[in-house]
Amino acid sequence: MTGSQQTVIYEQAMDLNFLDEVYRIPGGEKIKDCIQCGTCSGSCPVSWAMEQPPRQIFAMVRAGMRDKVLDSTTIWTCASCYQCMHRCPQEIKITDIMYMLKRMAMRENRQRSKNAAALSRAFFEIVNKKGRNHETSLMFKVVMGTDPLGGLSLAPVGWGLISHNRLPLLGKRVRDIAGLRKIVAKAQELGGE
Amino acid sequence: MRYAYYPGCSLEATGRPYQDSVTGVAKALDIELVELEDWNCCGATAYMSVNEVLSFSLSARNLCQAKKIGDTLVTACSACYTNLRKTEAYLTDFPEIKSKVDASLAEAGIRYDGGIATKHFLQTVVEDVGLEKIKSHVKKPLTGLLVAPYYGCQIARPYGIEDNADNPTMMDKLLTTLGATPIPYPMKTVCCGGSLMGIQKDVALRLCRNILLCAQQYGAQCVAVTCPLCQMNLDAFQSSINKAYGTNFNLPVVYFTQLMGVAFGMDSKGLGLNQCIVPATKVTAQYA
Repeated sequence: MTGSQQTVIYEQAMDLNFLDEVYRIPGGEKIKDCIQCGTCSGSCPVSWAMEQPPRQIFAMVRAGMRDKVLDSTTIWTCASCYQCMHRCPQEIKITDIMYMLKRMAMRENRQRSKNAAALSRAFFEIVNKKGRNHETSLMFKVVMGTDPLGGLSLAPVGWGLISHNRLPLLGKRVRDIAGLRKIVAKAQELGGE
Repeated sequence: MRYAYYPGCSLEATGRPYQDSVTGVAKALDIELVELEDWNCCGATAYMSVNEVLSFSLSARNLCQAKKIGDTLVTACSACYTNLRKTEAYLTDFPEIKSKVDASLAEAGIRYDGGIATKHFLQTVVEDVGLEKIKSHVKKPLTGLLVAPYYGCQIARPYGIEDNADNPTMMDKLLTTLGATPIPYPMKTVCCGGSLMGIQKDVALRLCRNILLCAQQYGAQCVAVTCPLCQMNLDAFQSSINKAYGTNFNLPVVYFTQLMGVAFGMDSKGLGLNQCIVPATKVTAQYA
């Protein structure tokens, strides 16, 4: 909501199963204890860049505003610094719930998740292939997958790292990559909430 | 002192100077770091967004490898550290997660039933080696060097070191022992933006600019860090920050291990000081 503009959301638009989905994650049921004190929003270093600060997102989760939450930029702006979680007087695993909301939005291919999903997937692909993250490939993949032209502005940063021997061309690989891939495959199968 | 050691992916690339200085300092202090055999990525923050069970399974595999060496695992990367500690906590607190991770690891014929204490290298030197012994290794005290100790976010948080989470002092004490002067400033644990630098650059640039501005205003001559991502964001992106905000920061961002090495009289090249993008040797050369 911006300025004095108010949005009315009717009961039919509420998804009351949404809260159940959140309860199902380990520790997720603690969201019941939220007292809307706003310590999370006040502590968050990036709340100024969020559409809704964390306190409001939690109120929206509890009100069943599934689409609005999963389409909010907030979940993608969270840098997972754990400041809110450390300070929450009700010991709610706020950062971990944000992760869960990210996973839900990614699974549903929500538009707003595009850039972060590109980073997560690029990372995922590289690690699946090699078992380790190769930062050089990751940076390249993210730039190409999100904003190839805007990525040009990153060229000086990339060159700075390369010229200081901090972006090797080749990455190392896990020897037992077959075993690792078996673990990854099973975890993927079991990991869907 | 012998520990299992997990470098993590960044220390092989953007964090190479960290790896070199950790290795050098460990050797000087008689800490034997035995690298995990065939370790894999910790999953960083990205895996957690894709699949939680997968993220915990990756870290659990590394914890299995650590068991072959001992009961304490040391890492110098704050993100790896958080992931390892978080995995340990979730496997202990949530049986449903544990059983899924067990099933995943079983595919490769391994199993992890807890029992590894993960420590950040900062803890290893301050708590295990101790400040007294460190002091005895100081050959070139960093007298007069004003350092902003920047802990970053993850090391001090729920899965982090046992220190005051809002005002940790572990690195401050270490810096004092080295002869340097840690400056008091309010941004010690405020996040640098982490991987937001790749997806919401404007947001991360502003966070980093605030940290640098605050450190500079409080008189710092350099910033000391404990995490390869913080180092990269504050160092490699410093020129981007200057461009975006019309500032002219020229503040070296070094690892605490590099400052230890300088104080121990080690060669600056071996410590990777020449690999900092913002030249760091201008503030460390006087102690060489």
